[in-house]
Amino acid sequence: MTVTGISDDPEAVAGTALAPPSPAAAAGAGGLGDLRLGRPAPGPRPRRLPVRLPRLPRLARRVLGPLAAVGLWQLVCSLGVFTSVEVASPVAVLDAARQLWDTGSLQSNLLISLQRVAEGLSVGVAAGAALAVVCGLFRLGEDLLDPVIQATRAVPILGLVPLVIIWFGVGELPKVFLIALGCVFPVYLNTYAAIRGVDVKLVEAGQTFGLDRRGLVRRVILPGALPGFLTGLRFALVGSWLIIVVAEEINAQSGIGYLIMQAQTTDRTDIMFLGLAIYAVLGLIADALVRLLERRLLAWRRGFGGA
Amino acid sequence: MTHAGDQAVIARSVTRDFVGRDVLRGLDLSVRAGEFVALLGRSGTGKSTLLRILAGLDSDYGGEVLVPRRRAVVFQEPRLLPWQRVLANVALGLKPGPAGRAGLARQCLGALGEVGLADHARAWPVTLSGGEAQRAALARALVREPQLMLLDEPFGALDALTRTRMHALLQDLCARHQPAVLLVTHDVDEAILLADRALVLVDGTITLDVPVGLARPRDRGHPDFTGLRDRLLRELGVAGPAGPGPARAPATAPIPT
Repeated sequence: MTVTGISDDPEAVAGTALAPPSPAAAAGAGGLGDLRLGRPAPGPRPRRLPVRLPRLPRLARRVLGPLAAVGLWQLVCSLGVFTSVEVASPVAVLDAARQLWDTGSLQSNLLISLQRVAEGLSVGVAAGAALAVVCGLFRLGEDLLDPVIQATRAVPILGLVPLVIIWFGVGELPKVFLIALGCVFPVYLNTYAAIRGVDVKLVEAGQTFGLDRRGLVRRVILPGALPGFLTGLRFALVGSWLIIVVAEEINAQSGIGYLIMQAQTTDRTDIMFLGLAIYAVLGLIADALVRLLERRLLAWRRGFGGA
Repeated sequence: MTHAGDQAVIARSVTRDFVGRDVLRGLDLSVRAGEFVALLGRSGTGKSTLLRILAGLDSDYGGEVLVPRRRAVVFQEPRLLPWQRVLANVALGLKPGPAGRAGLARQCLGALGEVGLADHARAWPVTLSGGEAQRAALARALVREPQLMLLDEPFGALDALTRTRMHALLQDLCARHQPAVLLVTHDVDEAILLADRALVLVDGTITLDVPVGLARPRDRGHPDFTGLRDRLLRELGVAGPAGPGPARAPATAPIPT
């Protein structure tokens, strides 16, 4: 069995083992009319008048819901449904924010929380993506690493807290470690699945047009896996906020979680609400950033955009 | 066996089996440089298997295969990378020559111009129609100045009107670039319209090899055309006298109730 070039320099056909030929895509079927049997032919259908909301920019419409929720929250508090220790009103939360800002503790604690998330996230996302590439591209990597990763994933991360304290004490390291660990898995799982899900037809096309293995990875496989990676990144962001709350409430002398724990001992419900609100806002901002990233990186996709 | 004169493809006693099922059984094939050969066969007779072997996508075969170094494939689906703009798709795998990246871009734009897509160089593949995407795939093959073009039912998924236009375009391009072409198809009319020679593949071997000696442009109604069509259809095991394009599936699906 030989393949040789007929032209001057013989060249073996770069053939690697691939999946057996997949059935060609089916030809597009002709669209069928909307046939409904057993129903009289409809006359001009009575058309419902479209409800015309005033045309607002998309952003304004998206902000409307949360604003209404805050308004309702303030209303309930002003009516005295709850005591101020049970639920702090938005006005009281803003007031607490101003107080903490003036003492400088809001800024410093926010900064330290952000720093922890940023560090843990970057380590975890990088590790998750690297593991996914190794396992996604190489069978050997998959066989050696994937079972270990899957087993580790089954351990609830927050169950590790006591152990992590023994390992790393109560400094920054245990918090960053927990966040990183929480980010590894969603990024790994989604990226790995996406790499394996890259259309083999595109890989073949790349091969026939002269891409070598590196070219295939760079031009075909990694770009094809990018949507999966970004999905994993979003899960990782959500997860990192979840973990930092716990990490900062268990053993910390700083951070938003620490503020919340402190507030509990002094019955400062307003500060507790403030901390939670900060977590929520930061989560929203992070999500918006990934959306922006998706819109830039995945401009080639055309999906259903909603009516 | 590195040089074979004016032959673009030489295949001798090629065999290929998939888990015990022989798909190709000692197939012999030769294609001259610049020759347009159509390979006909029913589904599952090994047409695409042969094409994949010639394309270098399948190396688990027996026998001997000689192909030129510069080959290009057009598949049934365009197989454009959705995350690369049309121009980058055409340039896929090409290294900039002495003229640099700008030279490569010019060369690819030229190929896009030849298939009438120069305006779409910056478009994303998802925005192209089926026919446009297939033309882009054709440009991607052409820009390599292939000595051998392998076409795997490239027009099978297109509507009849677009297919007719693609036939004209392909003939035009082949006349200009003179590659050897192996067109795998199940459409007898398409084979007779385009090819210099028609082969019929039955059960893994070529059972019929006829030159298509008709003057171009070819007329589907010409007695020689219909005569050849009948002969090829008989060889393919489709009985009865031929109406226009009987080998093709019905264009519309029955309406389910």
